[in-house]
Amino acid sequence: MTLDLTIIWACIIVFAVFVYVVMDGFDLGIGILFPSFAVGHDRDTAMNSIAPLWDGNETWLVLGGGGLLAAFPLAYGLILSALYAPIIAMLLALIFRGVAFEFRWRDPAHRAFWDAAFTGGSFLAALSQGVVLGALLQGVSISGRAYAGGWWDWLTPFSLLTGVGVVVAYALIGSTWLILKTEGALQQQAVRHAWRLGAITLLAVIVVSLVTPFLKGNYFDRWLTYPNILLVAPIPILVAMASYAFARSLKSGRELAPFLLTLFVFFLCFIGIGISVFPYVIPGAVTIWDAATEPSSQVFMLFGTAIVVPLILAYTGWAYWVFRGKVNADGYHS
Amino acid sequence: MFVLPEALLLARLQFAFTVSFHFLFPAITIGLASYLAVLEGLWLKTGREAYLDLFRYWVKIFALVFSMGVVSGIVMSYQFGTNWAVFSDKAGPIIGPLMAYEVLTAFFLEAGFLGVMLFGMQRVGKRLHFTATLMVALGTFVSAFWILSVNSWMQTPTGYALNANGQFISAGSWLAIIFNPSFPYRLMHTVSAAYLTTAFLVGGVGAWHLLKDRENPRSRIMFSMAMWMAAIFAPMQVVLGDMHGINTLEHQPVKVMAMEGHYQSHANGAPLILFGIPNSARNRVDYAIEIPKLSSLILKHDINAPLAGLDTIPKENQPPVGIVFWSFRIMVGLGFLMAGLGLLSLYARARGKLYHWTGLHRFALLMAPSGLIAVLAGWVTTEVGRQPWTITGLLRTVDSASPLAAPAVAASLVAFVLVYFAVFGAGIVYILKLMAKPPGAHEPEPPHIPVRTAGITPAAAIMPAIASPQGSHQS
Ligand code: HDD
Ligand code: HEM
Ligand code: HEM
Repeated sequence: MTLDLTIIWACIIVFAVFVYVVMDGFDLGIGILFPSFAVGHDRDTAMNSIAPLWDGNETWLVLGGGGLLAAFPLAYGLILSALYAPIIAMLLALIFRGVAFEFRWRDPAHRAFWDAAFTGGSFLAALSQGVVLGALLQGVSISGRAYAGGWWDWLTPFSLLTGVGVVVAYALIGSTWLILKTEGALQQQAVRHAWRLGAITLLAVIVVSLVTPFLKGNYFDRWLTYPNILLVAPIPILVAMASYAFARSLKSGRELAPFLLTLFVFFLCFIGIGISVFPYVIPGAVTIWDAATEPSSQVFMLFGTAIVVPLILAYTGWAYWVFRGKVNADGYHS
Repeated sequence: MFVLPEALLLARLQFAFTVSFHFLFPAITIGLASYLAVLEGLWLKTGREAYLDLFRYWVKIFALVFSMGVVSGIVMSYQFGTNWAVFSDKAGPIIGPLMAYEVLTAFFLEAGFLGVMLFGMQRVGKRLHFTATLMVALGTFVSAFWILSVNSWMQTPTGYALNANGQFISAGSWLAIIFNPSFPYRLMHTVSAAYLTTAFLVGGVGAWHLLKDRENPRSRIMFSMAMWMAAIFAPMQVVLGDMHGINTLEHQPVKVMAMEGHYQSHANGAPLILFGIPNSARNRVDYAIEIPKLSSLILKHDINAPLAGLDTIPKENQPPVGIVFWSFRIMVGLGFLMAGLGLLSLYARARGKLYHWTGLHRFALLMAPSGLIAVLAGWVTTEVGRQPWTITGLLRTVDSASPLAAPAVAASLVAFVLVYFAVFGAGIVYILKLMAKPPGAHEPEPPHIPVRTAGITPAAAIMPAIASPQGSHQS
């Protein structure tokens, strides 16, 4: 019973984080690319393509955080205090880009300022999320039930690498979203971005994958020893195939395929991370069972979650359906 | 585990700063959501355009305040982990699920009803729209319900057991946890506080516009409605506060000793200290102005009842008296001022001068932020009065904190202060600008710009123009 519920909760939280990453990923990405678009029509169009959706996207972050506290309180405390600086940076960045969205239109006199806040916030949020990922993968030092490291431990070449990787990947998915949602010159610009960002993202994925097995922990066993290597081989092979398909879809001017293929690669990376760390929440130190809350708390929460989350998913699906068309500076043509 | 005192102090300051900022917004939205529901209900019932105009006037302000509440709330849900890791670990199995319910509630609200309420008037029909408004009002209340249950459990923990990891877990019944002894009082007193906060804000805005134009019927309605609220809720709040205090005396007597400034025990009848300067070094209140025996009368309903003082409590279990003593007096003082304004308005109403008495309008204008100040003062009383515990009697604040380095917390505190003042400062300026405009006839719908609060409701489905900020409705 305990075991099942813990796995269920781990799945719920991983799901929330994944939904967050792909959905907020593309609107953070658009924020990162924002300065490259011409002031006026192009910027307004880019903004409009995410305007009705992004708040819903961000709510998954709250669900992920709240869910982690509720289901894995030990992990919640350890992770957030160990990665204090990047987490706080992410929160501050999200404040800026959150209000910039609305204030930009409310206060045209200071639009340049709010645009800068939008880009800066998006960039910093993405960077912090990547740094958090890298810092977790490289492990945090723990004694007893408390963080035992220093306040700069998270900063290493590896965490910077993952940080930059996430920035580029978000920018990529943002550009593919624009390919899907826009027309004309802006779309062409998005295609050019997608080429470049696609190449860099692939490079980042490869480098991270090559470095990870040599980090402290049992990543090497998971990936590079027989027979595991046969079991995990499909992941890199699928990434390679998806990348090839991605390049072809860009070349042949497809609009939906680049976005979906990018999503697919994100998904593969997620699986890859899962293979690396399962069953740990904090690699090498704390498993999901160590961190899990009491069964009675798990059951109690499951009621609400089982009712509300499917409803939210249905709403979200509907919202995306309504906004399925192309967008321009005047909004969606639906 | 060892936490440096400076790091702890900074972490406490940071938490207090961010939660105080956050709470200012819900304090307004909880009340305003209900006010909007009343306005719309009155419009549907009477068909008077003025109510609709007022609805549209305030719904724009609501949208902005709500969006700042959400942004600052996201920070809160991470602060427990960043600054209070040990607390999160230990109390997580109990407070986690309750907070998760709060998140789900907010989520649910944003998913559906907010967008309809803001943009759907023309599209979904009056009935459905009114339903959405009611749901938003209900939702803000449910949000408050859960988070106040969490807070109350930390004040007066019940229904818990300890597991092998030293974590607090449910002893069986979740109802015993949710409905812990201080929760009903805290819920009533806080929701009523939110209503008062809104009433005085609305009243202040009404008064401001009456001072400039006495004839505007919409300003008159807002002022009159707010003054009814003040006249009814302010005295009620005093009573609720008294009940809350008696409950606190039962469960957290030390907090009451600090609020009252009772360093010494009084064997027969404790005095009520109105003002004075608490002096913890010498265990006395300097320059005290006191009314003999009144404290026993208020707290025990018997003028000769004995009351224990801080001299019965070991030093390491005492909260800082000065802050609690003063913040309590600020709250209570404002409570009586509010009741005073309420009574004055009844008198003015009876004499038919409600809309013509400049002095009354000036007073109401001055009182516009009184609710916000009282609410913060009340929370400071509650939270500082709980010290040195985070969970009364069970977990100390020193044992709750994350093992953080002081410079890390100092840097983040500075960053929070700068960012909050810049960002929410700008937001507050926009709100004040909206309030400065008089409520006109045929108030326009909210401007068709992306509004965070619309959440994931496909607002364009119910109001296509929302997606066209560059269109004719550019504001
Ligand atoms: C408009 C706001 C407002 C006003 C006018 C008052 N209060 Fe209050 N009070 C609050 C808003 C508030 C609050 C912010 O909502 C608190 C903080 C936590 C809580 O439960 O409610 C609070 C806490 C609080 C507590 C602390 C209880 C505890 O922590 O255990 C007491 C004893 C009182 N109040 C008593 C009063 C009295 C006797 C008042 C009037 C004469 C009064 N309050 C007016
Ligand atoms: C209802 C939800 C709330 C919860 C769960 C909560 C919880 C906490 C926690 C964990 C701390 C840190 C530990 C401590 O120093 O005691 C704290 C401190 C504090 N909180 Fe709250 N709080 C809540 C609401 C509020 C609100 C709305 C305010 C103010 C407007 C507030 C004001 C403070 C202050 C001033 C402190 C610092 C007290 C001190 O350290 O001396 N709290 N609270
Ligand atoms: C430390 C304690 C608190 C935490 C962790 C917290 C957390 C949050 C979060 C995450 C949100 C945004 C949810 C979303 O995405 O929509 C939010 C909004 C909200 N919170 Fe809090 N909150 C705290 C204290 C309070 C208190 C004391 C109250 C009221 C009594 C309150 C009432 C609300 C309401 C009504 C909203 C909806 C937004 C708004 O009205 O501005 N919160 N809170």
